[in-house]
Amino acid sequence: MANAVHIVVCAGIVPDPLQTLEPITGPNGPGLKNEMVLPAVLDPWAASALYEAANLAAKNPGSKVWLVSLGPKAKLQQVMMTAAQKVPFELVPIDGPIGGFPDAHSTAAVLAESIAALPGLDRDRLLLFGGWESATRGAGVTLQLVGERLGITDQFYGVDQIDLRDDGSFEVLERVEGGKHQVSVCAGTPAVLGWATGNLAEPRNNPQTGMANMRTIMPALQKARPATLAPNGLRYVSVSLPKQQRTTRVVKDLTPDEIAAELVEWIGAE
Amino acid sequence: MSVESTTAPSPAPDLDRQTMEVDIACAGFGPAMGGFLTTLTRAWSENPADPAFESKAAPGMPLQVLCYERADDIAAGVSGVVTRAQGIRASFPGLNPAEIPMAVEVTHERVLYLLDPIGASRRSLTLRAADRVLRALGPLLGARDHAFELPWTPAFLQKHGGLVLSIGQFNQWVGSQLMATGLVQIWPGTPVSAPIFPDAAGKDGPAEKTVLGLRLADQGVDRFGTPADGFMPGMDVRAHLTVVGDGPVGAVSQSIDQTLGLPQGHAHREWALGMKMVIELPEDSPLQPGAVWHTFGYPEPEIFGFLYVHPQRLASVGIFVPSWMSDPSRTAYRYLQHYIQHPALWRYLKDGILRSWGAKSLEESGKRGEPFLAGDGYARIGESSGSTNMLTGSGVDEAWTTGTQLAEAVVELLRAGKPFTRENLAATYETRRRASWVERGAREAQNARNGFHGGIVKGMIGMALAGLTRGHISFQAHIPPAPKQIRPMSSRSAARLKLKNGAVLALENGRPLHDALLTARGWPEIAFDGRLLVTQQDALLMGGKVQAMPGFADHVVFRDRRLCIACEEKTCIAMCSGQAITEGADGVPAFEREKCVYCGACLWNCAQSSGGDRSNIDFLAGAGGLHSAEN
Repeated sequence: MANAVHIVVCAGIVPDPLQTLEPITGPNGPGLKNEMVLPAVLDPWAASALYEAANLAAKNPGSKVWLVSLGPKAKLQQVMMTAAQKVPFELVPIDGPIGGFPDAHSTAAVLAESIAALPGLDRDRLLLFGGWESATRGAGVTLQLVGERLGITDQFYGVDQIDLRDDGSFEVLERVEGGKHQVSVCAGTPAVLGWATGNLAEPRNNPQTGMANMRTIMPALQKARPATLAPNGLRYVSVSLPKQQRTTRVVKDLTPDEIAAELVEWIGAE
Repeated sequence: MSVESTTAPSPAPDLDRQTMEVDIACAGFGPAMGGFLTTLTRAWSENPADPAFESKAAPGMPLQVLCYERADDIAAGVSGVVTRAQGIRASFPGLNPAEIPMAVEVTHERVLYLLDPIGASRRSLTLRAADRVLRALGPLLGARDHAFELPWTPAFLQKHGGLVLSIGQFNQWVGSQLMATGLVQIWPGTPVSAPIFPDAAGKDGPAEKTVLGLRLADQGVDRFGTPADGFMPGMDVRAHLTVVGDGPVGAVSQSIDQTLGLPQGHAHREWALGMKMVIELPEDSPLQPGAVWHTFGYPEPEIFGFLYVHPQRLASVGIFVPSWMSDPSRTAYRYLQHYIQHPALWRYLKDGILRSWGAKSLEESGKRGEPFLAGDGYARIGESSGSTNMLTGSGVDEAWTTGTQLAEAVVELLRAGKPFTRENLAATYETRRRASWVERGAREAQNARNGFHGGIVKGMIGMALAGLTRGHISFQAHIPPAPKQIRPMSSRSAARLKLKNGAVLALENGRPLHDALLTARGWPEIAFDGRLLVTQQDALLMGGKVQAMPGFADHVVFRDRRLCIACEEKTCIAMCSGQAITEGADGVPAFEREKCVYCGACLWNCAQSSGGDRSNIDFLAGAGGLHSAEN
């Protein structure tokens, strides 16, 4: 028998990782060069969480999915034109700053406050989803803090799968060392799940899903509440990109095993 | 045709497609559609309660206006751009370029004739003689770095007071304002496969000029279009008005032209491939934002080039490879790399970093390629409506203005409660367009480039004549279909055969024939540095950030495999911007859609045809492609 759940997905928006990203230090601290130029996407890890949430909701009638997102309203709107085509959800936008450098504690405070105030949210049936880290800084801290602020102590990270059982408990697979998963069984909601990639393919762009979502997304964006992040003295000493090396060879007649062996040798040599 | 004789997708299964009714459906989001939607929403915003803007498709709702864009993001477009911005400024009277990332006012313009410092480019005897004279007089004429600067920029080419733009950033800026109004919806990543014609289309001959809406592309299909995992048939979006602004190689535009025909004597026969890099200039670069260079003469006499300087040490540098360049092994990427290494440019670009890269086809037929601008339920705007002016070398502003003209017409018809019939659209949109500077410019430019079909010197003279006399004096020419403009590869010339044989030997290293031929002709190998001079595949990944969602059919189709097998030229391979088309094992080129940047060059670089203007390559709708926001 299906269990209806209330799934809140925390998803930031990030500069499209495919673009040329370069850290700089400005008067307000570190940032990205030409950040205004960069299109944004839904954080890829959080996007996986969203697709898993929608999949879970579809299997459990009566469930609901909210997408809570903090970011500049104009950028959020642009991102929604793609994200909204994927799966059904209700957007809860918060008009505020986003990036790899704002403090996770301040960000978590704003998110938790918004989630706690969601009308109709049943905390006893709450699953708080998000990415196990973000594509901005990858610290993997914000979601944990949101969960703690909401008093949710059952937290799982690196999740690839959740199976709800008839009695309200659920089984979770979390990534561990060696390419394996740890299997945990949780007595029930509320719980926090920081997703890895999950097992679902990216949903196709579906214009009808987009149109249906837009009916609630547009009014929500118009009414998005502004938020500022509380300063707490965070200071970055230095910021740098990891060293990159690139070499390209186009081949058409090697097997995947041969290519893999060559890559292993190259990585070892570097 | 069976799969064995063509690479065309299987006929679409007879499906019950989902259908949606809207008031206005738009194909493509570029400058033309930006102009259309900006003008429409401005009029609407004056009085949102105006009953003229109530939906007839969904009574009780506001006007339903939906725009579908193929690319992953509205910022993923590619173009030069330098523009006089006449129409754009009319729409944004107080425009401050600083509001648009990478935009700046034009401050300085120059035209450079580039000599060949290597001696590999194929120049006529006349041109070689002229080059010798110029070299001899060089010091007297102020020549520098194998380049001569014209003492003035011809008036028809001038962009003084205009703007240098990134089209991706401009589209993103326009699009975000449109979306903020909440009045229209722009859906990226949603390719449109075809217009919807009335059921009787084709059965009894050419259809009446009627379009009923747009069909979105099927998803979850294999490369041949056969339903596979997660099959999702494309939705039919039925609309009272379909606005077609999907660019020079758009699937909807092509389908309308093929099904409904073009006006008598009109054809799409003149093209160019524009390919560019966005380069981060060295820190000590003396180039100032707003500098605009137009070049000609190198790397081949047929290839024009440009350099536009944006703010923050970015420069757009590119070339145009035209359809009237008859060499069957013409190509773009390697020529672009030789171009940027010309001494006149390299002194500024050396030590720069490749930030972005992209390519697109330019429809250069102008008025001669103009389709029927409107019919029952549809209207054409932008480059696919023949708005690009090849005398002034501008298209963005013209495209924008055609969009504003259509929007003004639509508002007039909405307020009058009149339907979007051919007659009503002709009386409003076409009338506006014919009375505008876009039309005047198009008429002046109509024959400006005819001379190039008789050689580069004749072409330059012809262009100058047309420019100086505002089109009153120009050369006449018969322009053959694009396949016929490609010179046959087989030749009785001993020199050509020797060259070709040498290049064929080089093919044993796995190099494409066109690349080997360039080396055989004396072009030096590119010394890759991994920062600016990179392989074509690296440009795809580092520069264009190219990617493609799975689940779509191949959108480049070789219609008759037998023609491909017999083809010696295979110019499609040489001109493919992304190396997505390569030699196939059986003589039919192989196509990898994951590398395609949707430039559409293959469409007009096919030397084969089963008759008429249509080549043996179809260029259909699909998702993905360029993903950079800086082009």
